[in-house]
Amino acid sequence: MPTMTTRRSLLAGAAGVLAAPNIAPAQEAPGVTANEVRIGSTNALSGPVSSYSVISRALSGMFKRLNDEGGVNGRKVNFLVYDDGYAPPKTLEQTRRLVEQDRVAFLFNQLGTPTNSAIHRYVNQRKVPHLFLATGADKWSNPKEYPWTMGWQPSYRTEAQIYAKHFTAEKPNARVALLYQNDDFGKDYVNGLRDVLGPRFDSAVRAVSHEATDPTIDSQIVSLAATGAEVLVCGITPRFAAQAIRRVHDIGWKPMFFMTNVSISGSVVMQPAGAEKGIGVITSDYRKDQGDPAWADDPGMNEWREFMRKYVPDGELGDNNYTYAYGAGTTMIHVLRQCGNDLSRENVMRQASNISALEAPTLLPGIKVGTSPTNFSPIRQMQLQRWDGRSWQRFGSIIEGAQV
Amino acid sequence: MEGLPHQIVAGIATGGIYASVALALVMIYQATHHVNFAQGEMATFSTFIALSLIQAGFPYWIAFVLTVVISFALGVAIERLLMRPVQNAPVLTHVGVFIGLLLIVGNATGWVFGYTTKVFPSPFESEGLLFGGLVSGHELGSTVVTLAVLLLVYLFFRHTPLGLAMRAAAYNPVSSRLVGIRVGWMLALGWGLAAAVGAVAGMMVAPVVFLDPTMMLGILLYAFAGALLGGIDNPMGAVIGGFAVGVLENLAGAYVVGTELKLTVALAIIIGVLVVKPSGLFGRVVLSRV
Amino acid sequence: MSATEDVPATPVLVQEAARPALPAWQLGAILALGAAVALVPMFALESFQLFQLTMAVIMALAVLGLNVVTGYNGQISLGHGAFYAVGAYCTAVLMSHGDWSFWATLPVSAAVCAGLGFLVGFPALRLGGLYLALTTFSLAVAVPQILKHKAIEDWTGGVQGLFLVKPDPPSWLPLNADQWMYLVALIVSAALFFLAWNLIRSRIGRALMAIRDNPTAAEAMGMDIASLKTRAFAVSAMITGVAGSLGAVAIEFVAPDSFTFAVSISLFVGMVVGGVASILGSIFGGLFVLFVPNLAEEISKAAPGVIYGAILIGFLFVLPDGFAGLLRRLAARWRR
Repeated sequence: MPTMTTRRSLLAGAAGVLAAPNIAPAQEAPGVTANEVRIGSTNALSGPVSSYSVISRALSGMFKRLNDEGGVNGRKVNFLVYDDGYAPPKTLEQTRRLVEQDRVAFLFNQLGTPTNSAIHRYVNQRKVPHLFLATGADKWSNPKEYPWTMGWQPSYRTEAQIYAKHFTAEKPNARVALLYQNDDFGKDYVNGLRDVLGPRFDSAVRAVSHEATDPTIDSQIVSLAATGAEVLVCGITPRFAAQAIRRVHDIGWKPMFFMTNVSISGSVVMQPAGAEKGIGVITSDYRKDQGDPAWADDPGMNEWREFMRKYVPDGELGDNNYTYAYGAGTTMIHVLRQCGNDLSRENVMRQASNISALEAPTLLPGIKVGTSPTNFSPIRQMQLQRWDGRSWQRFGSIIEGAQV
Repeated sequence: MEGLPHQIVAGIATGGIYASVALALVMIYQATHHVNFAQGEMATFSTFIALSLIQAGFPYWIAFVLTVVISFALGVAIERLLMRPVQNAPVLTHVGVFIGLLLIVGNATGWVFGYTTKVFPSPFESEGLLFGGLVSGHELGSTVVTLAVLLLVYLFFRHTPLGLAMRAAAYNPVSSRLVGIRVGWMLALGWGLAAAVGAVAGMMVAPVVFLDPTMMLGILLYAFAGALLGGIDNPMGAVIGGFAVGVLENLAGAYVVGTELKLTVALAIIIGVLVVKPSGLFGRVVLSRV
Repeated sequence: MSATEDVPATPVLVQEAARPALPAWQLGAILALGAAVALVPMFALESFQLFQLTMAVIMALAVLGLNVVTGYNGQISLGHGAFYAVGAYCTAVLMSHGDWSFWATLPVSAAVCAGLGFLVGFPALRLGGLYLALTTFSLAVAVPQILKHKAIEDWTGGVQGLFLVKPDPPSWLPLNADQWMYLVALIVSAALFFLAWNLIRSRIGRALMAIRDNPTAAEAMGMDIASLKTRAFAVSAMITGVAGSLGAVAIEFVAPDSFTFAVSISLFVGMVVGGVASILGSIFGGLFVLFVPNLAEEISKAAPGVIYGAILIGFLFVLPDGFAGLLRRLAARWRR
C-alpha cells in the first residue's frame, strides 16, 4: 500500500529489518496496517441454509472479544463477512470483493463445498490464504496443488471410513443400509464406505438418497428396513436425523446405527427424536456436546458459555454450530498470535501450516489441532461414542485418520 | 416389491401433509384467484408462533386457537398492507410481490425464532405405531383434523352468505361490487382464512417432520402439484390430489427410478395428467366467451 | 378454451407501433452512444467491478430471454433457470471434456436450449396461467437433480461440478482477462438484444403480442397459435441458455448448487422490476438482481434476505409496471 508510507511505517519497517532480516515489514502486506488486520469471509446470511450464519456471528463475537482485550500485537481484527446465499457464483463475486476491493489480508472459514470450489482456483492463483473452511470435504487437504487452501474439521469421508472399519470389525459380513443426502456432503459417506469395503460395496450396501427438499424420509427408511440390513449408516442433516432415529425405532428395526456427527446434538437431534429412542446410536465426534452433563463444570465449556453470555447473548445455546465456531476461531487466533508482527500472506500460510498440538476449549480431551507443510488437515482425530439415553458415552481410543 | 403396503401407507401419511397445505392453497385461490408462493413460509412462521405460546405455558388447544386467530389477523394485515397497493397492477407484479413476501417471511423466521430443529408437540401422541406398525396416532389424528377443516371450508363456501360473497368477489370483482359486495374486504378475509388454514397445516405437519425454518421448503411444491392435480378450484380435489402425489412419489422412488429422480418423475406424471385434463382431475372446466 | 385466468394483459405499451420510425441518423447516434456507454466501464472500472458488471450483463440477457416468452407472449415461466443451467452445462461439458473453444460451444448450447424450449412449449399449449407456472417451476426444480444423477455423472461431474477456463484475450488486443470477458459478454448480448429487438418489431413479434392480448381474435385472423407459441418458447430458451453459457465461463465453474430454483426466481424478479415486455427493462432487471442484494446486505447483515424482499416490494409499490413503465411515462411527458 504505497500511500501509507508514513514515517511510522518506515520506522516499523526498519525495526523489522533489525529484528529479523527475512521478515517483510508488516505494512507492505495487503490488509495489514499498524493497528488493523483485515480478514474476510463469506457465509449464507440469507436463503435456505442460513442456519449456518450463526457461525459468522460467533466468529465476529470472538474477534470483538479479542479486540476488547487489545487485539493481536496491537492490531485490531476487522472481520468482514459477506452474504453469498450459498450460491457459488455469488461466492466468487463476494470473494473478489474481499480480495480486490476491501484488500483483506486473507480469507477465513468460508461456508460450503460448492461455494468454496468456485473460488478454489482463484484464491490459489492470487496466493491468498484460504483458511479453515466450514466444510467437511476432503479435497481441501491438497498442499501440493492448492498450497493456499486449508480445511479444518475432519472430513466426512474419513468419518465414514471410521464407521466402516468399526462395523466390519464387529460384523464382518453384515449387510449395510446407507441413507444419504444427495449432495456433496452425503456422497462423501458413500465414498467413505466404498473406500473400506472395496469390491464388496456393491453387494453388501443398499444406498438410498434423499433430497434436502423432501419433507420426510419415511419412504427411504421403509425401503432400507425391508432389506433387513444389520447396519445402518446415515449421512443426513439434523431435521432428517431426528426423523430417522424416531422412525427406525418405531418400526422396530434394530440395526447397528451410525449417525453423522453433523446431526448428533443432544438438544437438537436426540431429545426431539426421543432420548430413549436413540439408545445405541453410534457416532464419532471431535467436539464436546454442550448438552452433556459431563461438561457442566468443564473449564473449556465454561469459557465458551461465558463467551456466549457476553458476546452472543441471544444465541441458542443448544446449537452446536457455536461450539464448532469457537474451535475454528480459537485456531485462527492461535495462528494470528503465532504470526507475530509479520502478517504477510506468506507468513500467515506458513504459520497456519505449522500448528503443533493445539487444544481448543470446545474440542474433546485428547483431540489436537495440528498441521505441517505436508498435512493440511488440522483435525484428523475423532472418538467413537454411543448414545445411552442421556448423553454420549465415548468408547475406544482416539482414532487418528482411518488408515484405509 | 419389498414392503409395498408400507410404501403406500408411508405415502398416504406424507400425502396428508401435502393435502393440508394444498387445501390452504385452494382456499386462497377460491378467495383471491391467486396462488401465494409464500404460503408455506407463512405456515412455518405461524407454527413457530404456536411453539412460542406453548413454551410460554399455554395448553395445547388454547395455543392452537390463538395461533389460528393470530395467523388470520396476519393474513388480513398482509393483504391490506402489501397486496392492496398493487391491486390494479398486472398479475406478474403480484407474483413479484409474492416473491418479496417469500423472501421476507422465509428469512425472518430463522432470524426471529432461531435455526435449530425443534420438537413440536402433538395432541394425538401415541406410544409407537398403531395397526401393526403402519401409522402413528398423530398421523391418524392429523388426517382427521385435515378432513374436519375440509368439511368446515366446504360448508363455509357453500352454505354461508359470506362464503358466497367471497367466491363472487374473486370470480367477478366488477359485478360483485355492483351488487354491493365489499370486494376489498372479501380479498382480505380470503388471505386471513388461507393463513389460518396454513397455520393448522403447519401445526399438523411439524410433529411429523420436526420444526425448523425450512420445514415447508419442499412441501409447498408438492402441495401445489397436488392442488393442481385435483383442480385448483376444488377443495376436495386438492385433498385427493395431495394424497395421490404422496403415494405416487413414494412408489416412483422405491420401485421405478430410484430416490434421486422421484420428484422429477412425480412431476412429469402430474404434468402428463394436466396436459390431458388441463383443469385437473376434479376441476371445473371454465369456458370463456369472446 | 379452458384457461382459468390467463397471464396478464399488459397492453399498455404495445400500441406505440404507430410511432414514426426514427430517422437513420438519430438511430445511429443512439446506437453509438449506447456502445460508448457500454464500453467506458471496460477502462474506467477496476477488475472486480468489471466482473460484477459482466455478471449483470449476463443476467440482463437471461432476463431478456424470459421476457420474450412471458413478457411479449404472455406464457408465464417460473423455470427459466433451467435453460440457464442447461446452457451453462453444455458449454462446461464441451469445454472441459472435449477441449472445445468457448465460441464453438455457443451454437451447440443455443441449439440444445432452443430444442428443450420447443419441447416445453408443447405442454404449455394446453396449460395456462398457474398450470404453466407449475410446469415451468418443476422444470427448474428437476434440472439440478437430473444434472447430478449418477447416469450422467461422468459428464457433468455430479455434485462436485465441473471446472473450465475463461477464454484468453487475443494477443493483439491489450486487454486483461476480465476486460476481455466483459467484451465477450457484451458482444454476445448485444447480438442477441439486436435479434430480439428485430423479432419483436417484426410481423412475428406483433403476432406474439396479439396472441398474448387476445388469443381468440388472433386465431380468427389466421395466426398459427401453436407454432408461434412453441417457437417463442424456443427463442426464449435459446437466449437464456446462451446467457448460461456466458455465466459458466465468467465463473469458470458449474455445479448443481449454482442453479437452484433461486436462479429462476431471480430472473423473474429481474423481469418484473425491469418492466414486463420491455427490452431496455431487461437491462435494468439484470442490474437490479445483481446489485440490490448487495445493497440489502449493506443495510443489515443480520437478515439481508428480509431487506431484499422489502426493497423488492417497495419498488413494486412505487413502480408497479417496473423501470420501463417509468421510462414510458417520462417519454410520454416529453413528447407532449
